[in-house]
Amino acid sequence: MTHPTDDVFAIEAQSIARRFGARWILRGVSLHVRPGEVVGLLGSNGCGKSTLLRMLATLLKPTAGSAAIYGHDVVTEADEVRRNIGFLAHTPGLYDDLSARENLEFAAEMLGGGHEDIDALIERVNLSHVRHERVRGFSAGMQRRLALGRLMLTKARVLLFDEPYSNLDTDGIRLMNSIISEAARDGGAALVVLHELAPAAGLLDRTVTIRDGRVADPTAALLAEAALASTAGAASTASTASTASAASAASISVVA
Amino acid sequence: MTRVRQQGGDNWRRIRAIAWKDLTTERRSKAGFNAVVSLGITILVLFGFALGPDAQVLRDAAPGALWLAVLFAGVLAFNRSYQVELDTGALEPLLLYPGARWTIFTGKLLANMLFVGLLLVIVVIAGMVLFAVKVPDAWPTVIAVLALGAIGLVTLGTFYASMASRSRAREVLLPLLLFPMLVPVLLAAMQASKALIGADMMLEAGAWIKMLIAYDIIFVLATHLAFEHVIEA
Repeated sequence: MTHPTDDVFAIEAQSIARRFGARWILRGVSLHVRPGEVVGLLGSNGCGKSTLLRMLATLLKPTAGSAAIYGHDVVTEADEVRRNIGFLAHTPGLYDDLSARENLEFAAEMLGGGHEDIDALIERVNLSHVRHERVRGFSAGMQRRLALGRLMLTKARVLLFDEPYSNLDTDGIRLMNSIISEAARDGGAALVVLHELAPAAGLLDRTVTIRDGRVADPTAALLAEAALASTAGAASTASTASTASAASAASISVVA
Repeated sequence: MTRVRQQGGDNWRRIRAIAWKDLTTERRSKAGFNAVVSLGITILVLFGFALGPDAQVLRDAAPGALWLAVLFAGVLAFNRSYQVELDTGALEPLLLYPGARWTIFTGKLLANMLFVGLLLVIVVIAGMVLFAVKVPDAWPTVIAVLALGAIGLVTLGTFYASMASRSRAREVLLPLLLFPMLVPVLLAAMQASKALIGADMMLEAGAWIKMLIAYDIIFVLATHLAFEHVIEA
């Protein structure tokens, strides 16, 4: 695991662009995320949010521009980047014919780690009762939790989430938020693609909106922030536990 | 020195994990191996009927029928080797693990070798019965030829399956890419097997075996070097 210096951005993208055939999906996005920050990535379907995440995760190469994770370039130092990131994609990417435990054992082997944390992780994602059952029989939410367990095995400093709340119940959402919060508290960072702000209320430090392959203008960003603040405010009236969330949302910055 | 040893250990660990995962999922899904073996034996039986009862004709045709059966059944197996990842979206998490990407290829190659090796054992036994082939005197050399042929077949099959895996038409694309490249390997394996079964053309078998070894070395090295570029989007 790399230990970067404090003055390095956790995530840094400079005019990053990507084209599929003749169609430009991203047209030059610049984005900076500091260690300890949790940033929401908003935008309509097909605007390039997932493409940006996949480029940061080294799964796609940028057509133009550059990006770095803790100072490591995503193209030229891809392996070092992979040591620093945890990516939770749209699909959980588990092996249906392996059990929950076997899926995590396989991930541990691939990561070069031991198996001693696996039972505790399964316990944490609340799948102890099905640890020896094949994933084929799991619901979408259970698969999501298991994928979250696999992500935690990576001990990544930068977490990249593509719509992480889909298929999760209330407990699952709480678990997801606690994992993101812990990562940020420990000096890591998270970039979270969202369609709905409500599940992430109180979690985000700021949001970035992508429109037509670019970071949207500040007015659009302000509107998104206002929506976030109002969501957090509504949550605070429903539960006293959300008071901190509203305060946090109110202090959101709007700079990409 | 210690770092190199550590890296070697990590690579071997990844290779073993991938091979174990592929073989376990294949064993549990059951459908794959049964289909592949059934196809192999069906091809042999059809060849047997087509060639008639002449023992010499059957013996002469046996190596060709055997390698064709293994080739067609093998293509099914190679197509399946990335199917597990493609069905569940597990290819991306696999590519996100840090470490050398060639270990993914070697792991899959190892799993396919064991899979095709088992297929070969079954097909060879069935072929010997159906084509009235006796165990030749040079049986250790025959086993070596089978192993060398299997290495060439599986190496190219696994490599081109990874290349075709990104395409929607992968089932059509794989044979189109694979078959022309396999011609030298299959020809050498077939001729060497034929010479050894005939037991009177050892010199010719030697030349074919040398060719097989050369092809195997080239293919194993080239595919390992090219895999990272092929598997990336």
